[in-house]
Amino acid sequence: MRYSEEFRDRALVQELSRQLGNLAPAPATIMEVCGTHTMSVARFGLKMLLPPGVRLISGPGCPVCVTSQQDLDSFLTLGEHPGVVLTTFGDMVRVPGSRNSLDRQRAAGTDVRIVYSPFDAVDLAQKEPGKHFVFFGVGFETTMPATALAIQTAAAAKLKNFSVFSVHKTMPAALNTLLSSSELQVSGLLLPGHVSAIVGAASYDFIPQKFNIPGAVTGFEPLDILLGIEAILIQLRNGHIHVANTYKRAVSATANPKAQRVLQEVFNSSDAEWRGLGVIPESGVSIQPGYADFDARLRFAEILKNVPPPQKTPCRCGEILRGILPPPDCPLFGTTCTPSQPFGPCMVSSEGACAAAYRFG
Amino acid sequence: MCLAIPMKIINIEGTIATAEVDGVTRQARLDLIPEAGIGDFVLIHAGLAISRLDPEDAAATLALLREMADAIQ
Repeated sequence: MRYSEEFRDRALVQELSRQLGNLAPAPATIMEVCGTHTMSVARFGLKMLLPPGVRLISGPGCPVCVTSQQDLDSFLTLGEHPGVVLTTFGDMVRVPGSRNSLDRQRAAGTDVRIVYSPFDAVDLAQKEPGKHFVFFGVGFETTMPATALAIQTAAAAKLKNFSVFSVHKTMPAALNTLLSSSELQVSGLLLPGHVSAIVGAASYDFIPQKFNIPGAVTGFEPLDILLGIEAILIQLRNGHIHVANTYKRAVSATANPKAQRVLQEVFNSSDAEWRGLGVIPESGVSIQPGYADFDARLRFAEILKNVPPPQKTPCRCGEILRGILPPPDCPLFGTTCTPSQPFGPCMVSSEGACAAAYRFG
Repeated sequence: MCLAIPMKIINIEGTIATAEVDGVTRQARLDLIPEAGIGDFVLIHAGLAISRLDPEDAAATLALLREMADAIQ
């Protein structure tokens, strides 16, 4: 068992796809909430395996895409400060801010380092004590424990030259806002498997209870995704609406207790601004006062308060993230906005709905 | 960005595991799943192991799919 190829078995994929045809008497619109699902669906051509009438739309689960322009502009501004090194995951470097992107700013002389994990940023800070390393804390619950542990590692090492600019966001709060809006009509949700490994499948019980919409916690291989869709179609057919867990090899009903503890030690729940969704109460995190020395928002408060408000652009990423505009319907799509010259984050990130639609159709 | 890769733990030193897949090795912290041991497959995301993969659940999912396919043929 290698937990990957087995779940790509062509014969089983074809058989499951045939089964779906028997389960889908009526049209259904299913949102894949997670950007990694968007990428898998596109990469494996799974839309072609769905029965007629069953449609997949992308949701707000691409962390790069939902990072607000104001937050990106603020992080970029920190890089103009002498002695500051910006550290970030690679996905973020080409996203255009109002005036610049990380890669353009790097070309203009800012020290920008791409890291694979927040622990790498802490290592850099230890090796180069003369500079201050700010880590761009992007990501959902999957990524938050790594950032929290990195802050604790830096605190234990008594580092004075490491901080985090947190734009971390929490998924259940965003789903609640999205589903509360009348503009989105979905029949079911494929729920993010790796967020769920941290928060537990039961975190989404409010979705069937409050909105009467079926959900399926879903893995990322082709069979996983088809199993998630099958679980939703079965619920639509028999009317027993709940959250199915079709990714049990990685996800349990309850949260990972170690992750919950470290998140509570380092972070407080706070409001967060999402691109396309606006400010959602309690959908982000701030750093606990006990770790204030590692909070870039406090440490550089004087610089950050002078960041001008973001400039408006014709990018319609916001509507795409809310699932109400298909990427090809944006006037910029494929013309002025392409993966090589992206206008907005949904085209930059490989997980963005626009990039997936452009590359895989 | 929530991509996490299944990798096999081949060594553990303190809370740091070395994990391998297809000849690629990575280091990952085991703080969230200290019960993981050498030989286990774990999901690794941003330098952190976020879940230990359960062989029985994985086998059960695949067995169910195969039964379904066999029943039809």
